[in-house]
Amino acid sequence: GEKLVLSELLKPIKPKSALGSVKKELSRVKQKKAVELPLSKEEAKRVVREAAYVTTSKDVGKWQEVVLQNRRAEQLVFPLKQEIATVVPLEQVASAWKARTPLEQEIFGLLHRTKQPITDPLLTPEETASLQAMSLEEARQRRAELQKARALQSYYEAKARREKRIKSKKYHRVLKKSKRRKALKEFEQLHKSDPKAALAKLEELEQLRMQERMSLKHQNKGKWARSRAIIAKYDMEARKAMQEQLAKNKELMQKVQVELPEEEPADVPEDLPSLPIPTGASGANPWMLGKPSDPAQEPEVQEGPGDMEVSGAVERKEEMEEEEEEEEEMSEEEALLQDFEQKRQARQQRAGSPEEQGADETEAVLEQPGASPVHPVCAEGEQVSTAGGEEQPQQAQEEEILLSEQLERVQTLEDVEALASKEQVEEQEMLVAPRVEKPAATRAKKRVQQQEDSRAGDKHAKNPPAKKKKKKMISLQAVLSGKAQDVQCPTMPVVVEEEDGGTDQRRVITEAFAGDDVVADFRREKRKAEEESKPQPLSLVLPGWGEWGGTGLRPSARKTKKKDQHLPHVILSDKRNIHATAHQVSELPFPFERHQQFEQSIRTPLGSTWNTQRAFQKLTAPRVITRAGHIIQPISAEDL
Amino acid sequence: DVSVTLTAVPRNYDPALHPFEVPREYTRALNAAKLERVFAKPFLSSLDGHRDGVNCMAKHPKSLSTVLSGACDGEVKIWNLPKRQCIRTIQAHEGFVRGMCARFCGTSFFTVGDDKTVKQWKMESPEYGEEEEPIHTILGKTVYTGIDHHWKDAVFATCGQQVDIWDEQRTSPMCSLTWGFDSISSVKFNPIETYLLGSCASDRNIVLYDMRKSTPLKKVILNMRTNTLCWNPMEAYVFTAANEDYNLYTFDMRYLESPMRVHMDHVSAVLDVDYSPTGKEFVSASFDKSIRIFPVDKGHSREVYHTKRMQHVITVKWTADSKYILCGSDEMNIRLWKANASEKLGVLAPREKAAMNYNQKLKEKFQYHPKIRRIAQHRHLPKSIFCQIKEQRIMREARRRKELNRRKHSKPGSVPVVSERRKHIVAVVK
Repeated sequence: GEKLVLSELLKPIKPKSALGSVKKELSRVKQKKAVELPLSKEEAKRVVREAAYVTTSKDVGKWQEVVLQNRRAEQLVFPLKQEIATVVPLEQVASAWKARTPLEQEIFGLLHRTKQPITDPLLTPEETASLQAMSLEEARQRRAELQKARALQSYYEAKARREKRIKSKKYHRVLKKSKRRKALKEFEQLHKSDPKAALAKLEELEQLRMQERMSLKHQNKGKWARSRAIIAKYDMEARKAMQEQLAKNKELMQKVQVELPEEEPADVPEDLPSLPIPTGASGANPWMLGKPSDPAQEPEVQEGPGDMEVSGAVERKEEMEEEEEEEEEMSEEEALLQDFEQKRQARQQRAGSPEEQGADETEAVLEQPGASPVHPVCAEGEQVSTAGGEEQPQQAQEEEILLSEQLERVQTLEDVEALASKEQVEEQEMLVAPRVEKPAATRAKKRVQQQEDSRAGDKHAKNPPAKKKKKKMISLQAVLSGKAQDVQCPTMPVVVEEEDGGTDQRRVITEAFAGDDVVADFRREKRKAEEESKPQPLSLVLPGWGEWGGTGLRPSARKTKKKDQHLPHVILSDKRNIHATAHQVSELPFPFERHQQFEQSIRTPLGSTWNTQRAFQKLTAPRVITRAGHIIQPISAEDL
Repeated sequence: DVSVTLTAVPRNYDPALHPFEVPREYTRALNAAKLERVFAKPFLSSLDGHRDGVNCMAKHPKSLSTVLSGACDGEVKIWNLPKRQCIRTIQAHEGFVRGMCARFCGTSFFTVGDDKTVKQWKMESPEYGEEEEPIHTILGKTVYTGIDHHWKDAVFATCGQQVDIWDEQRTSPMCSLTWGFDSISSVKFNPIETYLLGSCASDRNIVLYDMRKSTPLKKVILNMRTNTLCWNPMEAYVFTAANEDYNLYTFDMRYLESPMRVHMDHVSAVLDVDYSPTGKEFVSASFDKSIRIFPVDKGHSREVYHTKRMQHVITVKWTADSKYILCGSDEMNIRLWKANASEKLGVLAPREKAAMNYNQKLKEKFQYHPKIRRIAQHRHLPKSIFCQIKEQRIMREARRRKELNRRKHSKPGSVPVVSERRKHIVAVVK
């Protein structure tokens, strides 16, 4: 049989993991391997150094960004961190100090004896209180309030002044009326809420009336009234003023009938409107009354002298209308006032914007030679020349305003770009026009073409008539940048003729201008113009310098001949100036890569002669700014 | 309307009305360059009072008007700059005052001397009846040759045989950092990453340390020994080293294999260097009796200051408002210079300021034009320096020619072209 080994008895049937690990350990021990020698002292140190160096240079490397940024910075202001100077309180400084020398001790002894504050609170309690009396916050608040009040005041003042300056009679009349109404309404309210106060007010009115009666101020006895009376015969205004005065007089003289509020409180509101003006006075003066009647007006008109002008009548009519309106609600009056305001604002705006003004001016200037004021609105249609040249200027102005508005609206509604492009085309044509008109023949042709164009419904053909009216659109910029499209223009009429003209017409035209070759003429002309426009080489050679002088001398051949005259394959440039080379840079300086860069850097001027103040400051800003008396600390992580 | 009249431009800027802009501006630039030279009077005053050569200086961190100086006879003086007066004199050490630095708060300052001591002094003068005594005195084992204070903490570093980092409260160093054995001439804390230190030793190397790990980081060996170094106060990883070989080297501490710039103009050993607080320029003091101002990104100086009586300049400082330069020299004087030679001191009217800015820009714009360049770059030099420059130019040219010839006559590639920057670096040790 099999031999039993003792060790097998010890073995479990399944190998256990714990023992397995022990086994492994045993086997590992069996593999005999020499332990590595410890590093020599020198080498160990070296390893440590290398590791330390790597980490340290990594630590230091985090400054790279900052360093590069500072090197590239346009401007650096030092110290980088602005320190706020702190003032140590006097008490602290004084408390640390002690009297040492005999003199100091003597002085301090004296101070002690007289009980002067020496060390701790150098301020007496009253002084500290006065220091704390008004905080900065409070002072600021108060100042802000005052500022606001002042601003409001000035605003209201300005508003009042503005309103006072309005010259419109109508406006003032309406304003006055509205005021009167308001007063009435207020009185009504007062009557409702506080009958006693209302009564007092009435009394006041009565007092006023009595005073007037006593003074006879508003009768026609005063100096002013007498002078008016003389003028009144001829002057409508004076007459009206007098009438107004009389009305005032009458109003003040009127006895106010007081109804006791205790008796009929319900009726009061109904009666109130007629309160200050009793019905008995209705015949006297229509201006006085809250509710004028037409019969009352009639006699008034008859009263006036017969030489009334039409305009006066118109005004009167307006007034009548005005008074009819009064029957309507207050809101309408307000609306009217608002309307006034709006009109005024519109006028101000027009006056305020210089561009529009300028446009108006140019328009006026351009229209004058034509002697026919044309409305841009009807530019598309036929030319409308108004015969009435002596129209009132006011009316004309009104028309202009309206028209300009309309023009704008057209622009906004239609496609702006298309309009702009159209204008450009027209401008270019305009530019060409004077040159084209030179030969009389072309002018005639143009006229023919225009006739044809008017017949054809083509859009392009439509433009020329419209062009005249849009003269004001030409800007200086456009004129300067206008391309020379003139080559096409003289040929254009020919093309157009071929397009649509009848054969007989063409024949007629060719017969009429058989003699001249317009195109060639033009080309020659153009070449000439081009030559002229080029800068001419300046000959600085003068006769008489370095040789005999006198009249009728020609500069010698020595001066005029070029050095490379007899050297056909050589160009001797005389551009190089020996005197200038002393000031010139001979080789390209370091940071520049091409000479153009360098020239560019020289060409841009820095001075305030060529730059605006701001640009000048920017261009001449120093790279590094330091402040005298400020300690510049090394950069630190806290600064960033 | 007032607002309209105030903003109204009384000019027509149409270019057609103002022709010849370039020639006119050129003339203005020429005039500006001339005026700049006319008004270039940089020397302000000399502070005399030391009885031996000025060996070191320190700025007050909080006060612009105070500066401290230590002399070769162990005397420390505190100066009031506006008054140009010495306000306090201390006999601090026996022998040289090797180094001094002010505490970051400005209440006290430290000095090290040849008598192997580190002393802390109060910034304020002693009260009536008090003795002039240091707050603390630390007796060391070896001579300390330099000291610098941490920018934020109560920690300072000294150098000598090794770099020691001290806590202010203790009499023994927190840690000593060594890498080889040699006398270290200068140690400087980084003003931005304040745990970093740089030192230079007489075995021609510059070593960087990290205070947090208390270990050196890297060492770069140059052709000749570096006298001092200075960290850029605006760029954390940039420092400039003043070398014995007449040059200054600006390094990026992350790439020590070659310096960012070699600044060459001096004709003798450069003894000290200090950055402008703006970090855009630095000033160097040299054994050739002159100081020069270099832009950080330029290889040559923009300004050279010298006077007849100024001897070897040992120490130099740029004031904290970046307006003035102080230099201390062998012949016992401290001189105060304007950092910008032609700058007008005092308050400027706005128009004046605008004109100055405009002139400055004009000069910049036309700086490449020969006439203007000639005027703007003109500087007077004493004959000795002038001759030395000429001599050195010849030497450099000869060396260059020799190298060229050698390259020409040897196997291609066997004499490689070494750039000027790499030429002066011997090795970088990790």
